[in-house]
Amino acid sequence: MTSTNYAYLSNYAIYSAMVLFTVAFFAHAIEVAFSLRNLEEKTKFDFSRTKRSGDIGTVMIVLAFVFLLAAVIFRGISAHRVPWGNMYEFSITGALAFTGAYIFALWKYKVRWLGLPVAIAVLLTLGTAITILYRPSAPLVPALKSTWLAIHVSAAIVSGGVFLLANCIAATYLILDRYESKGGRPTWALKLPTLEALDQLTYRLVAFVFPLWTFAVIAGAIWAESAWGRYWGWDPKETWAFITWVAYAAYLHARVTVGWRGRKAAWLCLFAGSTFLFNYVYINIWGTGKHTYSGL
Amino acid sequence: MAITSELDTRSSLRWLWRQLTSMRTALILLLLLGLAAIPGSLFPQRSQNPLKVSDFFKSNPGTAKFLDQLNMFDVYSSPWFSSIYILLFISLIGCVLPRTFEHLKGIRAKPPLTPKNLNRMEFFTESEFGSLDKAEAWFKKHHFRIRRDANSISAEKGFMRETGNLLFHLSLILILVGVALGSLFGMKGDAIINVGERFINTPTSYDVISYGKLQSEKSLSPFSITATDFKASYELKTGAPSDYKLTVNVANSVGGKEVSKVVRVNSPLTFGTTKVYLQANGYSPLVTIRDKSGEIKFQGTVIFLPQDGNLTSTGAIKVPDMKPQVGFVGSFIPTYARNSVRGAFSTYPEVLDPRLLISIWTGDLGLDSGIPQSVYRLDTSVMKRIGLETLKLHETNNFGEGSITFEGWTPWVNLQIVKDPGKIYALLGAILAILGLLASLFTRSRRIWVKENSNKTGVEVAGLAKNSTPGLESEIDSLVKEMRE
Ligand code: HEM
Repeated sequence: MTSTNYAYLSNYAIYSAMVLFTVAFFAHAIEVAFSLRNLEEKTKFDFSRTKRSGDIGTVMIVLAFVFLLAAVIFRGISAHRVPWGNMYEFSITGALAFTGAYIFALWKYKVRWLGLPVAIAVLLTLGTAITILYRPSAPLVPALKSTWLAIHVSAAIVSGGVFLLANCIAATYLILDRYESKGGRPTWALKLPTLEALDQLTYRLVAFVFPLWTFAVIAGAIWAESAWGRYWGWDPKETWAFITWVAYAAYLHARVTVGWRGRKAAWLCLFAGSTFLFNYVYINIWGTGKHTYSGL
Repeated sequence: MAITSELDTRSSLRWLWRQLTSMRTALILLLLLGLAAIPGSLFPQRSQNPLKVSDFFKSNPGTAKFLDQLNMFDVYSSPWFSSIYILLFISLIGCVLPRTFEHLKGIRAKPPLTPKNLNRMEFFTESEFGSLDKAEAWFKKHHFRIRRDANSISAEKGFMRETGNLLFHLSLILILVGVALGSLFGMKGDAIINVGERFINTPTSYDVISYGKLQSEKSLSPFSITATDFKASYELKTGAPSDYKLTVNVANSVGGKEVSKVVRVNSPLTFGTTKVYLQANGYSPLVTIRDKSGEIKFQGTVIFLPQDGNLTSTGAIKVPDMKPQVGFVGSFIPTYARNSVRGAFSTYPEVLDPRLLISIWTGDLGLDSGIPQSVYRLDTSVMKRIGLETLKLHETNNFGEGSITFEGWTPWVNLQIVKDPGKIYALLGAILAILGLLASLFTRSRRIWVKENSNKTGVEVAGLAKNSTPGLESEIDSLVKEMRE
């Protein structure tokens, strides 16, 4: 097959994944909506009817993950390089990492309730990627040709996926906390985990990716050293990577050494996650500096 | 009086030290450092983009002056930024060193005594079966450190957590030391050389050079680099560069044996702690300029600077030896095209159909005024324009006062030469930091106690997990089960 064929194949795989995510979205929506319908008192749920729908959602998301993986691989084959050269490619790989993080958390911590927000987030990401950010597949400029690029970017993307997942959970924490302090959870939220479990889960995820993010930043520095002659230059992208790192370090510190839990910790986590998003969106598109590879 | 005030100073100093090295201060300093880094990403920085800074000054002079007083254009070398990280550095040392010594002592010590009342602990259980011997066997099998007393065992596991944590924080100090060494003893410079030319590492060979605060000009390592070939490859469709390859002959001492090497964007040349990077490239047109009588007044290559991705390049040619003096403002266009909107421009970065566009000026070049001038620009304030021409390869233009011939071109490369003796420590620190982090975040630290109950008919078991990491409960279950068998 030619490069162009692989590029088409990659695009089809993206469209297919989007269809699967849409199905998953509806499956999870039905799961949430119909476990409410058939209860007279708020405390009695009948999950047996909606369990099937939830299972379908999970299967769809796992399938979609496979398609996304294929899309990313085909993209790489078509361009003869690792598929992380512009913002379109970062976005599809980011969606892959995010979905992967969800599946991992699903297997490890039973977080199926996250299926709905995950499906929405991925659909939005892929939608923007394929409409606004799309660029034809092409080789890399010389500065991007490095093994360290592959290592740095893949570590950063995976970290990003997990950061966003942690943010979803922290946000859920804050919303539910709000309801609980006002008297009680609404019916749709009754089957979500306890606040304490959400708090623990957020911490677990952050503690898990913090070393990876540290590694991503260091790999970036090593790459910068070989491409630009300095390992750290306070380029806007580097500055914000540092800020993200400091923010998550502060989160870990606040928990472990100062004993922050719950609301304060969740806000700190959201703040840290938003510095990552800011770096990705703002600095890539509107920023100046050596890191503007968005291709826009 | 004198004594009490001395005591006061001393105790307030001690108070200050304790405040500075407290966890809360460290946390605040850490957050402050993050906040302080933000303005540097919003305003242009002199160290990265001096042109943008001067543009900013031109468009908002008032604001710029005010911002400049706050060091907003040199954030990362400003006194306030430096003071935050120096304070953080001190705080880190003050907190981590004592803990390290304590930890080292703790390695040899036995676990602490078993507490009196185990039933106040988490995960307290009682078991009718079991003996201390069986418990001890289980602890040994699972690599706990144990303290066996007459009727109890105190066991501890997860020392790696604190070890890793300390290693991580000590590594941060090492990274900061590396950064400091680099900025004190490093050096950085740029030199543009034409292919075919030789660069000798002395201060005068550089276009720009800056030294670390404790570094002198004399300590440049004595190497030489001759650029023998440069090849740039581009994507046919987009003109985007796909590879740059510079071939050089290098000698570790000037006049020493030359060795051929290849430099690419991601693979620099190395001379000890000095590295040479390929940073940019462009074209130098080759021209011959004659006076009215036909005598050659200038012949050679002139470096032009690229203005866009297709390497439309501009520069100045100055001929002070002619009377009156003559200067040219030029554009070199590697692959020529022209339209009514953009005028002449290049459509591809390789030289396929070159042109040299010149405007010709006579008068005073201003080279004797004593004010330093850019070699890439012509100061035409006291000159008169006498012509505007587009030359093809080998074409000659006669402009009355003399003639100019477009003979050819040579590629040039920009070498960035950096000496950073601290880099290796920063890298080492980074690697150790990751290892420490992994060890600390993925080790569970916990204590388990087993005690014979008062009438010796069974045992009491209890545990404590640091940072309430999960998993202890199942561990205790397995211990109890083992004792039962
Ligand atoms: C003055 C500065 C600092 C001091 C005094 C300090 C001290 C500490 C202490 C006492 C702990 C607790 C370890 C435990 O209880 O197991 C800790 C954990 C930690 N610190 Fe720091 N630290 C400082 C700066 C930093 C910085 C700059 C970072 C940057 C990222 C950082 C990242 C961490 C991390 C990731 C942990 C592990 C948290 C966990 O176990 O979940 N610290 N630090």
